[in-house]
Amino acid sequence: MIHARKLSRNFTVKKETIEAVRGVDIDVPAGQLIAFLGPNGAGKSTTLRMLTTLLPPTAGTATVAGADIATDPAGVRARIGYVGQKNSAGEDYRVRDELVAQGRSYGFTWAGARRRADEVLDRLELAPFAKRKPGTLSGGQRRRLDIAMGLVHRPDLLFLDEPSTGLDPQSRADIWAHILRLRGEYGMTLFLTTHYLEEADRMAERVVVIDHGQIIADGTAEQLKQDLAGDHITVTTHDEADAATAAEVAARFARPDAVSRDGTAVRARVPHATAALPEYLRALDEAGVKAATADTERPTLDDVFLALTGRSLRENDTETPAA
Amino acid sequence: MSMKFVNDTGTVFVREFTPALREPLGLLITMGQPLLFLLLFGSQLDGAVAFGGGVSPWQWFVPGILVMMCLFGPMGAGYNLLIDMMGGAMERMLVTPMNRAAMLIGRTLKESVILLVQAALIIAIAMPMGFRLYPVGVVAGLVLLVVFGVGLGALSFVLAIKAQPSGSLFWIVTQVLMFPLLLLSGVLLPMDAAPAWLRAASVVNPVTHIVDAERALFAGDIADVSVLYGLVSATAIAVVGLVWGTRLMRRGI
Ligand SMILES: Nc1ncnc2c1ncn2[C@@H]1O[C@H](COP(=O)(O)OP(=O)(O)O)[C@@H](O)[C@H]1O
Ligand SMILES: [Mg+2]
Repeated sequence: MIHARKLSRNFTVKKETIEAVRGVDIDVPAGQLIAFLGPNGAGKSTTLRMLTTLLPPTAGTATVAGADIATDPAGVRARIGYVGQKNSAGEDYRVRDELVAQGRSYGFTWAGARRRADEVLDRLELAPFAKRKPGTLSGGQRRRLDIAMGLVHRPDLLFLDEPSTGLDPQSRADIWAHILRLRGEYGMTLFLTTHYLEEADRMAERVVVIDHGQIIADGTAEQLKQDLAGDHITVTTHDEADAATAAEVAARFARPDAVSRDGTAVRARVPHATAALPEYLRALDEAGVKAATADTERPTLDDVFLALTGRSLRENDTETPAA
Repeated sequence: MSMKFVNDTGTVFVREFTPALREPLGLLITMGQPLLFLLLFGSQLDGAVAFGGGVSPWQWFVPGILVMMCLFGPMGAGYNLLIDMMGGAMERMLVTPMNRAAMLIGRTLKESVILLVQAALIIAIAMPMGFRLYPVGVVAGLVLLVVFGVGLGALSFVLAIKAQPSGSLFWIVTQVLMFPLLLLSGVLLPMDAAPAWLRAASVVNPVTHIVDAERALFAGDIADVSVLYGLVSATAIAVVGLVWGTRLMRRGI
C-alpha cells in the first residue's frame, strides 16, 4: 500500500534549515493498522503530508496506493483519505453541506454526494448535527466529523494525523471505537500518528517510532518491548550481603550485564518475567537467600523510547501538539 | 476546458455560496450596499460636476462604482481562503483530486455573481436619473470586470497563502495597496486636474486602464483604444494571478 524510500523534507525558516524528515523508509502492506509514534516535532505530520501529496519531498520517493506521489499525485489523491491534524470542515459551513462538498470533490454527482453524506452522518452518529456549524460541536463530535469527511469516498487507505489528541479520555475511547469498527467494515489500511503511548500500544498492529525525523524502531508493540526494553524482575532482600548473592543467582537467569543491584534491591532483565520469577525465587531459596519483596515489570512503549533515545515520551505529553 | 474543470469550479462555487444562501440577510445587505452609495454620493453628483456635451454624470459615475466594488469583493474571497487555511479545510480540499485552478476560480465566482447582481441594481436605479444604457457595451464591460475580479481574487489568494501562518501580511498589504490603487485610478474623480507625477503614477496603475475601458464601454464606445488597454490589463492580472496561485498550491501550503 505504501512504499517510501529516503523520504526527506527540509524547511527553511529565517535562513535556518530545519531537517523535519530525514530519509524515512517505510513499507506498509494492505490492511495493516500502523501507528506512527513520536514526540511533538518528530516529523510525523510532515511525513504524512508528503505521503498525501500535500507537500513535495526535498528528496526521496514514494508510491502510495499504487501511484507515485511525485509523478501521479492525482492518482494518489483519488485513492486515499486524509484526516489532518486540524479540523477538516470550514467554520462557516454546515456539517452536511461540507460532507456534500467533499463527495463532489471526489467526483460524486450531487445526488450521490447527498446520499453518501447522509450515510456517513449515520455511520458516525452525527445525524443530529447535520445542520449545525462545526464551531457548535464538542471536540469529540468535531473529530468524528473529520473522520466522516475522510471516509466519504470509501478510500482503501486512510491517513489520520493525531485523531484523538486533545480529547478527553471518554471521547478518545469513542473515537477509537469508531475507527476500529469502520476499519472492520471497510477493510481499510490505516496509517495514523499519535504521541499517546497507550494508544499505539493497545490499538496498532505495528508501531513505527520516529524521532528527529528518523525512524528509530519498527515492529509490533510486543516485539519492540521485548527487543528494546524487555521484562524485568525485582527482588529486595533484608541485607546487602544477601542482595549480592541474589545478584549472582540472577546472573544465571539473565545475561550478566542485564543484572543490577542497588543496595538491597536486585533488578534483572529476563525474557519472560512472570515465568522467571517463581524459578528465581526457588533458586534463591536453595542459595539460602530470603527474599523480602518480589515484583515483575512489563515494559511500556515509553521504556522502549527511553531505551532508544534516553528521553521519556511522557515529558511532552501535556503540551499541545505543534501544527 | 474539460468537464472535470467545470464540475470542480461549480462545486467550489456552490460551497462558497451556500452559507450566504443559508443566511440571506447578510447577502441582501451586501447586494444593497451600492444603493446606499448611490443615494449618499449620487445625490451630490447631480448638480456638482458639469460634464461636457450634455452627458449625464451617471454615465461616468456608474462604471466607476462598479470597478470600486470589484476591487473590494476579492478581498473577501482572500479572507475566506485565509480562514480555511488557518483551519484544516483548505488542506482537506488539497488532498482531493479537485482541479487546482478550479479551486481558485470557483472561489472568486461568488464575488463575480454578487458583482453582477449589484451592477444590474445600480443600472436599474441610474437609468431614470439619466444613465443611458448601451447593452452591448455594458455586457462587454461586465465580462471585463469578471475577468479582472477573478484575477484580483487569485492574487488575493496568493497573498493569503504567503501570509501563512499568522495572516497579518494579508491585512498589511491589502490596507497599504487598496487605497492608492483606488485613488490613483480616477474611479472617484477625474485625473485630468491632478499634478503630473500623480498622472504618471496613474498610468502605471492597471486599475486606471480598467476604469477607462469601463467608461468607454458604458458609453457605447466599444472600439475605443482604451478598451484594448483595459482588456490587456485585466487579462494580464488574471493570468498572473491564476498561474502564481496554482503554482503555490502545487508547491504545498
Ligand atoms: N511549514 C513548516 N515550516 C517550517 N517548519 C515546519 C513546518 N512544518 C513543520 N515544521 C517543523 O518540522 C518539524 C517536524 O514537524 P511535524 O512534522 O509537524 O512534527 P510532528 O507532527 O511529529 O509533531 C518541527 O520542527 C516543525 O517545527
Ligand atoms: Mg503533527
